[in-house]
Amino acid sequence: MVSIRSISSTPSSLTYHDLPWIVEHSEDRCTLCGRCTSVCPTEAIYLAYRRQRMPKLDLLQKKRGSDYRTFVGIRQRTDLDHRCIGCGMCSMVCPNEAIGPQVNANDERAHFHSYQKGDAGKRGGRRNDRTSLLDQISFNRISMLTDPALDAGRHEFHMNTLLGRILPPAEYIRRQAAGEWIPPVREIFPFIIGSMSFGALSPNMWLGLLQGVAYCNEVLGIPVVMCTGEGGCPPWVLKSPFLKYIILQIASGYFGWDEIIRAIPEMQCEPAAIEIKYGQGAKPGDGGLLMWFKVSKLIARLRGVPEGVDLPSPPVHQTLYSIEESVMKMIQTMSMAWDFKVPVYPKISGSTSAKSVLNNLVRNPYASALLIDGIDGGTGAAYDISMNATGHPIASNVRECYLDLVAQGKQNEIPIFAAGGVGKNGNPVQNGMALIMLGASGVHMGKYIMQAAAGCLGSEKNRCNVCNLGICPKGITSQSPKLYRRLDPDQVAQRVVDVFMGLRIEMKKCMAPLGRSQSLPIGMSDALGIGNKDAADLLKIKYTC
Amino acid sequence: MCRLAMKTAITPFSPYSVISAMEAMQEGYDGSGLGLLLRGVNFADYKYQAGDPILSGIAHTDSSLQRLNAFMEANGYALKYDHEFDVNPALVEAKDRYKYFLRVYRLPDTFKDFSQTQIDEQLMLTRLALRADGEQHGGDLTAFSFWPDVAMIKEVGWPLEVGQALGLNDNRITSRICMAQGRQNTNYGINLYACHPFFIQGIATMTNGENTAFVPIREYLSGMHYPGYMGYQSDSEVFAHILHFVVNQLKLPLQAYKHVITPLKTDELLHHPQGAFLKGLRDACRRLIIDGPNCVMGTLPDETTIMVMDTKKMRPATIGGKPGEWALASEICGVDAMIPDRDKSLDFQPMRENTVIVPPDRQEYTIWSQFDQFPQHQAA
Repeated sequence: MVSIRSISSTPSSLTYHDLPWIVEHSEDRCTLCGRCTSVCPTEAIYLAYRRQRMPKLDLLQKKRGSDYRTFVGIRQRTDLDHRCIGCGMCSMVCPNEAIGPQVNANDERAHFHSYQKGDAGKRGGRRNDRTSLLDQISFNRISMLTDPALDAGRHEFHMNTLLGRILPPAEYIRRQAAGEWIPPVREIFPFIIGSMSFGALSPNMWLGLLQGVAYCNEVLGIPVVMCTGEGGCPPWVLKSPFLKYIILQIASGYFGWDEIIRAIPEMQCEPAAIEIKYGQGAKPGDGGLLMWFKVSKLIARLRGVPEGVDLPSPPVHQTLYSIEESVMKMIQTMSMAWDFKVPVYPKISGSTSAKSVLNNLVRNPYASALLIDGIDGGTGAAYDISMNATGHPIASNVRECYLDLVAQGKQNEIPIFAAGGVGKNGNPVQNGMALIMLGASGVHMGKYIMQAAAGCLGSEKNRCNVCNLGICPKGITSQSPKLYRRLDPDQVAQRVVDVFMGLRIEMKKCMAPLGRSQSLPIGMSDALGIGNKDAADLLKIKYTC
Repeated sequence: MCRLAMKTAITPFSPYSVISAMEAMQEGYDGSGLGLLLRGVNFADYKYQAGDPILSGIAHTDSSLQRLNAFMEANGYALKYDHEFDVNPALVEAKDRYKYFLRVYRLPDTFKDFSQTQIDEQLMLTRLALRADGEQHGGDLTAFSFWPDVAMIKEVGWPLEVGQALGLNDNRITSRICMAQGRQNTNYGINLYACHPFFIQGIATMTNGENTAFVPIREYLSGMHYPGYMGYQSDSEVFAHILHFVVNQLKLPLQAYKHVITPLKTDELLHHPQGAFLKGLRDACRRLIIDGPNCVMGTLPDETTIMVMDTKKMRPATIGGKPGEWALASEICGVDAMIPDRDKSLDFQPMRENTVIVPPDRQEYTIWSQFDQFPQHQAA
């Protein structure tokens, strides 16, 4: 008889049937090599001794009994800290296909067991919402009557967009004649690698991205740029000619900026742009947090902080009390730091106040663009409630802002960039081009790049999502050399190049039937249709069914 | 796809010769309409005095004509000549045409102290007011143009039949320039205003093709809140407005038009003598890039004629003629019909970088390439 006290049944105890992922293991194929347990990022599985009854039946002697064998098997841990996250690394390393996580088809009770130790649930990665309005939009103004559609394979397409403040034509001509300052403008590829900081990403990942971006620019002629996110940029990059492919971000923690400012005299070229982060789509109001175990020696040096301490960025710039003031001060000072030769623009969370921010920028001669980040944007780490339920979807937000510019006749002056959920279901060009035709000049994407270029395991089904913990099983978001050496920068670079070449083909396939080849179809809303009447009315596009 | 025909000559000629060229190219359009613009107009039965504005349009009812008269009178315009078309109603497809009007007015005395810009503004606003008046009354009044030396006719039907219906072969009207286009617009609503050529303050264009970048361009032009930038029943109307914007508002030379609607690529601009200026111009006017395929033919108040292609050059266009007389058409057979006795070695079909310009003296046309030195700008 087993005493009831010895059964672990506290209010927070779970069995593996209660967890979102259940590790299935077939013992008959397992060779007990131990690779799965050693690779598991959350240590959800472990080798344990198990006992099995071996029925013993001797027919001749009419004796029955049991023998027991003891063997080494695999068990799944059931506490939340070590729960299986479904990343599937175990099945990836298993030589015999003997193990793998399965989605729990039952009601999983783990949700009710959050708030452990008084803390709210948080995760890295994604929103875990499969639905995407952008995926529903189709491009249906196909040139048929007067014109044959273009040939995506044969025609020449101009797909670049502009990042920077554009003067009204008459003002441009006047300033040209008078020899006055003309704001800097960059010609870039409209799909931009969004801000993922050198701190969030591992050195190998970051190097791979940079190599890929450089190849796209210098060999393929695709002017891809990438944004650093907060946390600075390695000094060798700051002093390299690759800096021109990099958007440097300054956020409320100002991490890495002393390093950047110190490097200015030694810079060979200007950065692509400066992005001032006021908010991000996935967690408005949360700010950033680089947790202590990701603050390695290198990161500590870049950011000018001690090693191994938490690095919180406040959700707002503490030195400023309004966006108006920050537009005045930060944009202008950043412009001045680079002699007014670098576009400086803010990034804000998609919100109902985006339009006011935009109008504020329109009136600032130094503001170069506006990046609006919608609720589906990825993030390093955030509370579940922020990621799941706080924020504003990007499509209507961008559309509203664009139409506001149209009404003022200023839509060529301040480019709007959109982020948040581009490519979350694997359709980056459909999503991106839809946003462009709704009025964006370009789109930023982070998660998609991690998934496509580095094999990030995260999905919109709550898979993995441990970017915040520094235990990324692929070594993408980890600062531990043990983990990030799994990632080969050259292979990441190769995949970045693959991705952008593929995006380029798909963009042509999208533009050709619309009859567009000379310019990106920014604001070409007559080409869009959606089978959702309410969305069609709100976005002022066609309702089709 | 529609067909374009245009003739420019020192000696005034009948518009019927251009309509004949349309007939020669008949396989290229569906005959759904004819638009005509005559510039440098001469009337057989009236000695036209240069500078007097000519009002062209259609009154669909008697009451609209009376409203028109009252409006013009109230605004101080005195009627000097009212051209009566010799209309054959049997050949007119539409049944609500009360009167095609082509009337010469004298400018109000109040304009005496006005600058030319102010007068130009007033003429445009008068036309827009008449148009608005017609629209407020169920479309019973259509005003195509109100400008010195310019007459416009637009009508539904097969071009040759429209010409015959309005008696355009009677030589009572001749002109030094005649633009003709043989189709209603393809996309967007169909109405008389949607027919080419399009006109704003003496500048007129007509187009052969489709402007797939129409909606963003329309939004950009409308956003300027300039009164004349309105209408947009057709995706081709923006070509006229862009030309007006470049020449009248930005005061750039005519060659800039091509640089605005079909700018060179960045790599090409890097090697261009004024690449930096042109790149900035391209950026500043980025929303005005047409995305073709189009052939645009246009005329300016000084009787300059231009023809440009979009960058894809998927539309035919050709020029031919002889000193003093040039014909531009979508097809060679159109040029043949207008000027058969020409030196065919002078025929030219512009490439994607070319602007063909026939200056007012009409002695020879120039082929200006976008790669050439841009004729401007101290700062450029």
